Amino acid sequence: MDKLTLKYSEKLTKSGLCHPGEPLFGNYDEDVLIDVSRPESEVLDTVIRGININSILFSDTAEPYRSIINYLAYHAMQSNGFIKPDDTETRTFLHDIPVADRFHAGDIIRALKKRKGVIIPGRGIVTYGIVSPEQAFIFFSSICFSCYVKFMTDYYYHRKGVIEMVGDVDAISRLAVSAYGKSLDAISSAPACKATFSSEDDVIEAITETGRLTVETGMVDSFFGNISMRFRNKIFISQTGSSLDELSGCIDPCPMDNTTTNAITSSSEFSAHKKVYELTKRNSILHGHPKYSVIMSMLCDKTDCENRGQCHIDCSETRMVEDIPIIPGEVGTGPKGISRTLPPAMYGRGAIVYGHGLFTSGREDFTDAFMNLINIEKMCYNKYLEAMKY
Amino acid sequence: MPEIYGWAGKILHINLTDRSSDIINPAPDLYLSFIGGKGLAGYYLRPFCRGKWDSPEMPLLFFTGPLVNTQSPTSGRFCVMSISPLTGTVGDSSAGGRFGTELKKAGWDGIIITGKSSSFCGISIFNDKVVFSDAENLRGATLSTTFSSIRGKGSTGAIGPAAENGVLFSNISFDGHSFAGRNGLGIVMAVKGLKYIHVEGTGKTSVYDSERLLSAREDIFRLVSASPVLKGELGISEYGTGALFDLMHSRRMMPTENFRHTQFSHAEEMNAWHYKHRYDSKKTGCSGCHILCKKKSKDGEPMPEFETMSHFSALINNNDIGRVMEASHICNETGMDTISAASTIACYMEIKGIDSDTLDLPGILNDISLSRGEGELLRYGSLKYASLMNNSGISMSVKGLELPAYDPRGAYGMALAYATSTRGGCHLRAYPVSHEILRKPVATDRFSFSGKARIIKLAEDMNAVIDSLTACKFIFFAATLEEYSSALNAVTGMDFTGQDLLKTGERIFYNEKIMNYLNGFRAEHDDLPERFFKSEGSSGGGINIPPLDRNEFLETRKKYYIVRRLSPDGAPLIEKCEELGLKWIN
Repeated sequence: MDKLTLKYSEKLTKSGLCHPGEPLFGNYDEDVLIDVSRPESEVLDTVIRGININSILFSDTAEPYRSIINYLAYHAMQSNGFIKPDDTETRTFLHDIPVADRFHAGDIIRALKKRKGVIIPGRGIVTYGIVSPEQAFIFFSSICFSCYVKFMTDYYYHRKGVIEMVGDVDAISRLAVSAYGKSLDAISSAPACKATFSSEDDVIEAITETGRLTVETGMVDSFFGNISMRFRNKIFISQTGSSLDELSGCIDPCPMDNTTTNAITSSSEFSAHKKVYELTKRNSILHGHPKYSVIMSMLCDKTDCENRGQCHIDCSETRMVEDIPIIPGEVGTGPKGISRTLPPAMYGRGAIVYGHGLFTSGREDFTDAFMNLINIEKMCYNKYLEAMKY
Repeated sequence: MPEIYGWAGKILHINLTDRSSDIINPAPDLYLSFIGGKGLAGYYLRPFCRGKWDSPEMPLLFFTGPLVNTQSPTSGRFCVMSISPLTGTVGDSSAGGRFGTELKKAGWDGIIITGKSSSFCGISIFNDKVVFSDAENLRGATLSTTFSSIRGKGSTGAIGPAAENGVLFSNISFDGHSFAGRNGLGIVMAVKGLKYIHVEGTGKTSVYDSERLLSAREDIFRLVSASPVLKGELGISEYGTGALFDLMHSRRMMPTENFRHTQFSHAEEMNAWHYKHRYDSKKTGCSGCHILCKKKSKDGEPMPEFETMSHFSALINNNDIGRVMEASHICNETGMDTISAASTIACYMEIKGIDSDTLDLPGILNDISLSRGEGELLRYGSLKYASLMNNSGISMSVKGLELPAYDPRGAYGMALAYATSTRGGCHLRAYPVSHEILRKPVATDRFSFSGKARIIKLAEDMNAVIDSLTACKFIFFAATLEEYSSALNAVTGMDFTGQDLLKTGERIFYNEKIMNYLNGFRAEHDDLPERFFKSEGSSGGGINIPPLDRNEFLETRKKYYIVRRLSPDGAPLIEKCEELGLKWIN
């Protein structure tokens, strides 16, 4: 548990979500283990003993998340007491994000009894795990991502006059785009593993390297995203819930003809990847959640559309960001699932799934897929800047 | 009584001795404290738990939950409970099919059967009407013969010849496709002189807020669609629970030759893909379920589940799919639990030095069901058989219940969960395979005991809730109690949170610990066969399967007792009973 605590604390700071030294984990097996020198530990100790969980995480966030989350949280407190982003992660897993007005054990317990995390404005976020501290890390990261996307989409509609945001939202949005622009400018990486591959080990090495680069460049948060390569008659694909920067031992070899069922631990998007390979001559697929691709997918000026509110499953428009199609689709294989909506859209550099993320593909190795991911995200970022006329 | 939603508000008590029936109206608080299904059944079993399993007073309980007969996903299940003839522990089983839904439609939250009939009989329930029938003509009848003789649109639970002939691992079959297995509940029914129980109902279950239920249902469906295990093209919706077969093989934790090895060389020829294509199997499933994990052949024969596939092949070193199908068919027709049947035969093979080529598998299964020849002793299960052969260490069981198809040397949480389960060697009480192998909700290190004490405790509580709602455990690979509490609140109009339900699950599980304690179960029984601590599994392919570290196991069990609030000897504590509102032992 201590090792996991350290690992996820480092991930939180390395990804820019928290400042070093701020994440505070508490773990509970036969007794609670928490850094009692931290002033928040007493409240967290009460919380972890007060509900049936085995780990807890509290931290303030780093900018621009801090300003964004505090803004949304203060306004939520003045209305219904929770934030409800529209992205896929929230819809599928978080449902909504409650806000507590003080860092008090009773208030936190009340919120965590119903949801996976709670925001205390001005203080930070509390999340928990029932199996592992990894869950607390994932929920923390998801809340940051969802709030970021919500704020920037709301801000777009505010600038368009569709909704009204009060307060100094211009400054917050400038802070966000400025920080993100710098991180995009700093990207210079590209996969070193090049085709042609002669063995399964080569494929696994290429997947592992590209997964790590995808996380390092900020193209995916927490454990999200997936990656695969078709090699001979198998698809090598990252396992469900695996972190793209830790894929060693987490890649499933799945026969194209389904003669084994090992793929039940593979990514929930296995079927979508497989259909893309069946429909095209592509041999690699990369899926991340780069923020501005997701944000751009959620910006639609047809505000009187009869399908408004159902954009994630029933979009009646043919929407594009330049050459990149934006498609509806829910995670997995349901009737409106990505396994049905994505494959026909993967004819070019890639496709964005509404509120979810970006899929790209390549012909031989991951060079095309990775560079497409970066370039499409840069394009979306620039499109957002253009639309906002900063 | 004020109008209640979700629950029917009444329980049917049937006394077979005088063939009478009466109605019990539980206090509303009882539903809040025990929910339904396994929880309520345990509440009603507790006063009788120290009695003999074959005494007239010992109840046989059939209980549904508040979500049954509503649009809540996978909520057509029910619980059957009594004291287990096989193990002496609490004996319960969550079963699927249509029986639970019919029971609820008939207007009952549960049925409590006590007494003994002077002659073999059947019970038919049509809404609030109870009819007793003579069933002497069905004595010794196979299950398909029994089901074909019963008319009506409802659902029927029945026992086969195995229960009548004293097989301690006999089950109750429901319509030939779903089973209350593992604990020998079939023989409890047999000693009561009850061949079958048929239920047919026409009522609806009141739902407090249908719109909110649809919203909760949509949230659950969304998660199910995102789950590769459930709805992926290689998941259990397509291949049944047999989809786990390849995974257990590749993880080198497939129990082979009575757990002497953990890898079966013929596994790739006997996986779910082969069954599907050889028997052209089709989807089927329980009432109210959209996952449809059950499969049947084009001839309508139930296809073997994962445990049956694995134990009738790897565990007895059989490489013939046809023999697996035949063994499964015999168990289904005679009413025997396939896990215990296969494991008892594997134990017999090891003790007698019999190899698979010379084993007459259909013959020995029929002998067990008829209690003849070698079957006369094998009908007692592996532990009693091995003890009679002065070789109890060869029984791969916990508390006398044979272990299913996950070798604990390949998943340490599973090792602890087998030991602490209240019904013996059961994988379903905590089902750590979910995170140790299937990576849900997140992956844990399967070769580590770190953190597993609390993880297992919390999972036991959660699964106690699921079996009380009564929902399907498989859907919790994707959904959580957060989503199901929304469904429950929509149905009942209550205000449960996921955490409230976990607390209720803790009460339900602790109640079972108390009953086991009253029947003499202590820490020494929360243990695994010595083989797992002495012998390594089948290492290779970069995966090392060493023996379990005895000290680490005991240390983790000690932590579990602390977390579960039991004494170092595994005894319930008075203060914990008070906290949970449970009666103390006296």
